[in-house]
Amino acid sequence: MWEYSEKVQEHFFSPRNAGAVDEANAVGDVGSLSCGDALRLSLKVDPETETILDAGFQTFGCGSAIASSSALTEIIKGKTLDEALKVTNQDIADYLDGLPPEKMHCSVMGREALQAAVANYRGEEWKDDHEEGALVCKCFAVDSVLIEDTIRNNKLSTVEEVANYTKAGGGCSACHEAVEEILTKVMAEAGQTFQPAPPAPVAVAVPTAPIKMTNVQRIRKIEEALDTIRPNLHRDHGDVELIDVDGKNVYVKMTGACAGCQMAAVTLEGIQECIINALGEFVRVMPAELMPIAQRAGG
Amino acid sequence: MTTDTGTQGIYFDNNATTMVAPEVVEAMLPFFTEQFGNPSSMHLFGNKVGFAIKQARQQVQALLGAEHDSEIVFTSCGTESDSTAILSALKAQPDRKEIITTVVEHPAVLALCEHLEKEGYKVHYLEVDDKGRLDLDVYRSLLSNQVAIVSVMWANNETGTLFPVLEMAEMAKAVGVLFHTDAVQAVGKLPIDLKRSSIDMLSLSGHKLHAPKGVGVLYLRRNTRFRPLLRGGHQERGRRAGTENTAAIVALGKACEMAMEHMDHEQTVVRTLRDRLEEGIIAAVPHSFVTGDPSNRLPNTANIAFEYIEGEAILLLLNKLGIAASSGSACTSGSLEPSHVMRAMGIPYTAAHGTTRFSLSRYNTMAEVERVIEAVPPIVAQLRKLSPYWGENGPVEEPEKAFAPAYA
Repeated sequence: MWEYSEKVQEHFFSPRNAGAVDEANAVGDVGSLSCGDALRLSLKVDPETETILDAGFQTFGCGSAIASSSALTEIIKGKTLDEALKVTNQDIADYLDGLPPEKMHCSVMGREALQAAVANYRGEEWKDDHEEGALVCKCFAVDSVLIEDTIRNNKLSTVEEVANYTKAGGGCSACHEAVEEILTKVMAEAGQTFQPAPPAPVAVAVPTAPIKMTNVQRIRKIEEALDTIRPNLHRDHGDVELIDVDGKNVYVKMTGACAGCQMAAVTLEGIQECIINALGEFVRVMPAELMPIAQRAGG
Repeated sequence: MTTDTGTQGIYFDNNATTMVAPEVVEAMLPFFTEQFGNPSSMHLFGNKVGFAIKQARQQVQALLGAEHDSEIVFTSCGTESDSTAILSALKAQPDRKEIITTVVEHPAVLALCEHLEKEGYKVHYLEVDDKGRLDLDVYRSLLSNQVAIVSVMWANNETGTLFPVLEMAEMAKAVGVLFHTDAVQAVGKLPIDLKRSSIDMLSLSGHKLHAPKGVGVLYLRRNTRFRPLLRGGHQERGRRAGTENTAAIVALGKACEMAMEHMDHEQTVVRTLRDRLEEGIIAAVPHSFVTGDPSNRLPNTANIAFEYIEGEAILLLLNKLGIAASSGSACTSGSLEPSHVMRAMGIPYTAAHGTTRFSLSRYNTMAEVERVIEAVPPIVAQLRKLSPYWGENGPVEEPEKAFAPAYA
């Protein structure tokens, strides 16, 4: 059984705005019958202000498809069309306190129905750029089509590269066999053969003669190293904070989107490598939660 | 007896798994406590457990109608039995590179076959008609000395439709081809007499017949060429290494004995319950139909397609009323397509996603059946109200044209 949030269940069992809106002047039909999810969104838009006066949905689909449709109508009512178009699928998922990775496509369908309805209102033709493949990476909800396209467009050739570009396979690693199969297939199209890379040797560059630094000098170096990494973290809406340095142990705190991210371990490894390079000595980078209690501020 | 013990609700999902019979629980419990010995040991601790396994083996033998108890090999599950059978046939006959199976097999067989195709084997997938039936002429034409094994399920897990495995095994034997059947759904629901058949290998799973999960059997006809999947010990006469799951094996023996005793009940009482359920629902719900072959199927299974709505939503609403069933919709499995069985029978998408399987057991009652007949029509009506394919009182005209979404 899916782990549906209370909010999803509530919107499924008591959907808001079910049915077609009377005097609708904007209708968007999206979905896929083969996948078993399809949605018709109807809106009543004030021609003067382009405000959405009323919204209704008709959905052929599962619990989360119905809940996402219900949430969408609640979110957009009262908004202008331009405001409504800023609603992302993540907004819909957030409104429902999250969706299982297999079900994120339901929120995508909601956003697309909105785009289709707005296009219909404005007399434009809405074209979906939608192609959905089988879900490969369950940790980060990445499907096969996205992986294939990314491999093709970036000429990727290893599982690690696929994880870096798409996040697929960056979590529990159970999908690596499937990722290898996709790599084999896509690379074969270009006449290449996929070679499973031997596990990369852990790059721990321990210099022969470490330069002796004071603690303050070391901390400054570490902060500089972290600054070089920050732009990457900011891109993913995350950040890192240096908490303490205790001999070879460097304690950091991942913040923003990085906190609790399943990629955190991978990120920490990267940070560690970067700091080692900057300091010219081996250090171990660890999350602040692993700091001995006595060492914590006020502890 | 009933599964409706107030909090537990009505369990109509017995093709997924079954309740462990209380007598079976009782039989297995001593093997977690005082009967902890290893059956391989020389001392008394082990010896008694060894005898219990021997008895279990004979109980399974009796249910299957096997000629010898040594033809029973205990495994960990139905999937292991399937894999062992198919991979053994390939290893024992390295010159034969073809497999015959069907498009509606359980993933335990299908996924393995798809994997073997990548390794260079040629797999023939027999197709089915709109009632899920095979064309035996096509089957005959594929049998050759290139075929290492035929693997065909006895009863389909989704529709309950039976395949003529006895006849198909004869046809395979006539040309010297090994025959395996995944009988996970059939064992315990149909009388089986393997000694009078030409079936070489058969898989069964304990948890489908009121034994616990984690135990299965591969029936292996004497003199069938065999290569083990697991090597590493003399257990099961070297055919399945690994210390025996003694408690579960004893439980499976007891469950087989009870299945024998209830075979008539399954064929009469359970069948009557199923027929009443199906007739009651079909009469009350417009635009619904039975899938599979109603004239030739398991006595416990009813698979009903509710058009224009989706199965997961049906299950969630049933679950709210304490009723457990399952569905062939894409969403319930996390896949992108509805059930491969429904698609193979040519059921349209608007119906395939709404297929709902009710599978009964001897622990169900007529009172439960009547409650489900009451519960289903309002649920279907509630979801159809939300469906873009449904108008005021019925499907919109030309539904597939009236609502044809982008990227359909």
